[in-house]
Amino acid sequence: MLPKLKKLSLEERKGLWGWAFISPWLIGFILLFAVPLLQSLRYSFSKLTLSPTGIHLEYLGFANYEEALTKNVAFNKTLIEVVVNMVVNVPLIVIFSLFIATILNQKFRGRMVARAIFFLPVILASGVIASIESGDFLQSAMMGAGGEEEQAGTGLRSFELQKLLLEAGLNEFIVNYLTGAVNRIYEIVSASGVQIIIFLAGLQSISPQLYEVAKIEGATSYESFWKITLPMISPLILTNVIYSVIDSFTDNKMTTLLRSTAFGKTFDYGLSGAMAWIYFLVISVILLISTFFISKKVFYQ
Amino acid sequence: MERTVLEEKSIAINKVKTRKERHFSIPFEKMKSMAWTLVRSVLIIGLSFVILYPIILKVSIAFKHKSDLYDPNVMYIPRHFTLENFKYVMESMNYFKVVWNSFLLSGSTMLLTTISCALVGYGFARFKFRGSNILFALVILTILVPPQTIMVPTYLQYRNFDVFGIIGLFNGGEGIKLLGTFWPFIISSATAMGLKAGLFIFIFRQFFKGVPREIEEAALVDGAGVFKIFFRIMLPNAIPAIITVMLFSFVWQWNDTYFTTMFLESASVISSQVQIAGATLASKLSAASGSGQIDPFYLSMLVNTSVLLAITPLIILYLFVQRHFVESVERTGIVG
Repeated sequence: MLPKLKKLSLEERKGLWGWAFISPWLIGFILLFAVPLLQSLRYSFSKLTLSPTGIHLEYLGFANYEEALTKNVAFNKTLIEVVVNMVVNVPLIVIFSLFIATILNQKFRGRMVARAIFFLPVILASGVIASIESGDFLQSAMMGAGGEEEQAGTGLRSFELQKLLLEAGLNEFIVNYLTGAVNRIYEIVSASGVQIIIFLAGLQSISPQLYEVAKIEGATSYESFWKITLPMISPLILTNVIYSVIDSFTDNKMTTLLRSTAFGKTFDYGLSGAMAWIYFLVISVILLISTFFISKKVFYQ
Repeated sequence: MERTVLEEKSIAINKVKTRKERHFSIPFEKMKSMAWTLVRSVLIIGLSFVILYPIILKVSIAFKHKSDLYDPNVMYIPRHFTLENFKYVMESMNYFKVVWNSFLLSGSTMLLTTISCALVGYGFARFKFRGSNILFALVILTILVPPQTIMVPTYLQYRNFDVFGIIGLFNGGEGIKLLGTFWPFIISSATAMGLKAGLFIFIFRQFFKGVPREIEEAALVDGAGVFKIFFRIMLPNAIPAIITVMLFSFVWQWNDTYFTTMFLESASVISSQVQIAGATLASKLSAASGSGQIDPFYLSMLVNTSVLLAITPLIILYLFVQRHFVESVERTGIVG
């Protein structure tokens, strides 16, 4: 060690070690994140042409943003669709995964097998496989042919459920939301693998003494769920909401649109950049709002 | 084992209860718990079926012979059990080479990501320095920004790779073209900027924060250096976190099509190969038939087989690490 370093206090030396440990990330952050982020902001304000000699930029002001929002046919539609999908799916995924995690946390025979199956979507549901699945021909044909009557049956049941709930005096919007969730069960199950894991880990860390006391005091398990489990797990609800939002980035229509704008026929990098920034802003607004509302309710020990 | 008075009491109460229950007709409480068990089993079995059904269906399709498709008697169990589909798809996809490539890519990014994220996570967990909180907030920012936002500059960067013009000095002003190689993946994962690396840094940081400080201090007093503490004491303690991160990074890289189609020019890994499997098989079939006619059912059968082939290595891997994984996640610091 250099003699100069010896004069530093322990605190300062530790600080230097800290910099040393995070240095790989720092390099990566500057080179592969900060610079591209600024560049993409710059590109979004200009017209970019690639030539053999290099990159040529021509400043356009807000023209790209204007074009994305007012002229481009696909952008508004895709943006609304993606955002609505996200807003509809994220609460469903979070509630569903909390429910499943609570069940998987109970003791029953074959629990290990059940857990293994429920975590399987973590591995299978990302990327190509899911996208091919939805557009598959033979599989849907087989499912259709396999149970034409069966399908009519489920249609009827879902319909009857809808009627039942409506007659029970529930709001039509809520009813549609619930029955829609039932019909999209595969989509929801396959998107909630990681969230189930996170919730399960959280449930395991709740001290069993709390439940014991509640039980002795005469609380039912229903009551102890609302009074103990939910408050204790509430920080993870926030984590899972954010994770679900991030997870929806990886494979959606927006990705396809952005890529086809940038690398498709037109090679319009500027427009693609502008679209990406609008998308990012919309998502950060949603995240900020949901974080604000959830963190008000979160219970910290 | 020490039991508190309360616990003793509750056990005693339970004993009395069970004795009572045995003597009298089934009380309400027991019926309720039985009903719940029933509902729970129905739910678990039903949802497991929802998850497993596509895989079972794929297996059933993949082993069928072409003639079984038009046989109305054949539903799930093939009459002419055959491996023809596998052979055909493996040939046209160049399966073994592509899987090997995928293994190389996912394996190397997995190792690099785990190492770099562990280092960075440790740095954030244990060392306080000026700006460390702001820097950690920036880690979270890297998770939150959709990769699409920086897609174009990243692409251009690798198209003409250069570090502040240093490489250009030796190369006559030009950077190196890294597209079409594994270098973009290696560079990004070595600098903890790979696929969802922010999340891994977060996991490691939370985990290392949970390790008691006394262990480190004892090692420090015994004269161990910072690196020695990290490699000999912290890493062996972080096995659950390491396994979680390794599995996630391997699987996500394996399944990723976003970066592989962007950085690799030809479909040289399994994910991008499967993505275009439909087109490849269609052109091959139409060339073989001569008339350009393709049987859509047969094509779909082959595409199904290709998907099955792509996920088989993952499922095998999962079977091995599954038990370990489920346990490790529970002890990982995700929970904070």
